[in-house]
Amino acid sequence: MRSRVMPKPSWNLEYLMWVFTRLSGLSIILFVVIGISAGLLMGARTQMDLGTLMRWGFFPNPNHVLDSDIPDLFLWTNGFWQVMQILVVFFAATHGFNGLRVVLEDYSSPGFWQVFTRFLIFLLWIFSTLVGIYVIISS
Amino acid sequence: MALSRKVGLIAGAKYKGGGPMLSWVLHRISGLGIIIFVTLHVIASFLTQQLGSDLGIFVNTIYESIYFQLFIVFCAIFHGVNGFRIILLDIWPRLIRYQKESTWIEWFVIVPLYGLIVFIMIQRFLQG
Repeated sequence: MRSRVMPKPSWNLEYLMWVFTRLSGLSIILFVVIGISAGLLMGARTQMDLGTLMRWGFFPNPNHVLDSDIPDLFLWTNGFWQVMQILVVFFAATHGFNGLRVVLEDYSSPGFWQVFTRFLIFLLWIFSTLVGIYVIISS
Repeated sequence: MALSRKVGLIAGAKYKGGGPMLSWVLHRISGLGIIIFVTLHVIASFLTQQLGSDLGIFVNTIYESIYFQLFIVFCAIFHGVNGFRIILLDIWPRLIRYQKESTWIEWFVIVPLYGLIVFIMIQRFLQG
């Protein structure tokens, strides 16, 4: 019996987003590891509780560490963390809204409503990414 | 013949997929949980920061409660670990033979990690 011949992957949306989901998933895990390790190096072990450190790990925004005992926010608010936050927002929002699209399209068939939900998710994606970046830059 | 996709909820729940199916279901639920939480949280923070809105503060107060945090931490840890498992199986497709075993390994990672976090957070919560 011959094995099944697989068609060559073409660069369509499904394939691109399949690859992107894996890469962005790995990069988000990496961002969390960087955020938590750098937080510990910056003195999180004695200055904040576990919940605060995890909030910082998920999203390194200075507002997440305001309630802790850090002497000054200087280390936690610089440009490096702003770049990190923008990367996290972009990767997480794209990964998440694409996942929402995949889940919804599992329960709908091609047609008008699928195009409509795609468009709606696209708008939500643009909106929340821009709002997220605005919050990062202005905080 | 194409695979029939018209499967109802009850027929779907009777499917004996075991560990990998449980992971698949939880991956979807945790993913949806995270995206709803993060989107509302971003919008609430935006409203609080820009307009000092009471609605934003109300939403963020719910999010800061320990019950909600325990839920969202589970979602994040499960989604991360299970996603990592999926990526590993995708990189080395030969390992798909052992996908049932891989879900056991996954729980061996999640249970201690999440258990430790729950223990510490509840301990701190009871201390006040």
